[in-house]
Amino acid sequence: MDRIVVGAHYGLKDWLTQRITGIVMALYTLFMAAALLAGVNGQEGWRALMSHGFVRFFTFLFIISLCWHAWIGVRDIWMDYVKPAGIRLTLHSLTAIALIGYAGWAIQVIWRL
Amino acid sequence: MTTRTLQFKIYRYDPDKDQKPYMQDISVEVDSTDRKLLDALVKLKAVDDAISFRRSCREGVCGSDALNINGKNGLACLTDLNTFPEGKPIVLRPLPGLPVIRDLIVDMTQFFKQYHSIKPYLINNDPPPERERLQSPEDREELNGLYECILCACCSTACPSFWWNPDKFVGPAGLLAAYRFIADTRDQATSERLDNLEDPYRLFRCHTIMNCVDVCPKGLNPTLAIGKIKAMMVKRAI
Repeated sequence: MDRIVVGAHYGLKDWLTQRITGIVMALYTLFMAAALLAGVNGQEGWRALMSHGFVRFFTFLFIISLCWHAWIGVRDIWMDYVKPAGIRLTLHSLTAIALIGYAGWAIQVIWRL
Repeated sequence: MTTRTLQFKIYRYDPDKDQKPYMQDISVEVDSTDRKLLDALVKLKAVDDAISFRRSCREGVCGSDALNINGKNGLACLTDLNTFPEGKPIVLRPLPGLPVIRDLIVDMTQFFKQYHSIKPYLINNDPPPERERLQSPEDREELNGLYECILCACCSTACPSFWWNPDKFVGPAGLLAAYRFIADTRDQATSERLDNLEDPYRLFRCHTIMNCVDVCPKGLNPTLAIGKIKAMMVKRAI
């Protein structure tokens, strides 16, 4: 059987999420650029910056946004170019697992500072 | 009457005779009354009568003579011969991404399948009034830039998302037509139409590449229409 089935009834949330996480990342980039321009450097400087509750909150949001954004983007690439369902599902799973791992690891690194 | 010679490089493929496609170098004499690329193509038929292409109205209304002209999709009948650089051959290929039937003729089945999938007709279950279903001028205004599509397939065959998933992604032409009915105040199936499109492939394969806007010979903007469909979905969801 080789029938083409479409109508999965999702996609809107992903599209919207990609936009919102994009805005969060853009704002964080501006914030970091401002911190660099303000002369934050050295381990002590970064540690002092990251000790602020707001910066931790914002950095956490940034990491989650980055991984979520990347999940939608990379999944879209697999959907475009990888046709066999088995290989695609494997790649989707590996992507999701890697990104969840990266997010946890990155947050642990930042919060340890 | 002044004449000049035009050089062409034309994609040739006859599946009955050719192992694989090849590019043919050919030149043709045109005179000053030949203004559009289609005029030159018609004259080319006299040089080599086996060259195959579709054409009908020769004035940008029927949408049959869409080709890939020097790497960009367009209608032969609307392409001015004077816009080509002197001394360089004009490269003509069939529309990309669709199966070639012969030479410059492609199989449009997939394209029309997608068009049909969005139900390109008014759905209204009320009994029709004696004269016509009326719209306010403002509501009618919304249909401008949508109803003019001639289904030449220049846009969909210029879209990488359509190249990779022509069986699942509706494509810019189909989505423009979908919005034409979603935006129509006389249509009663708006929600069903949005349901029909809410799919990671059917609508959300559009990554706003905007090749469709770049090539549309009628100057339409499928990307804008797709954006409006997405905006309506967001409004419906929140």
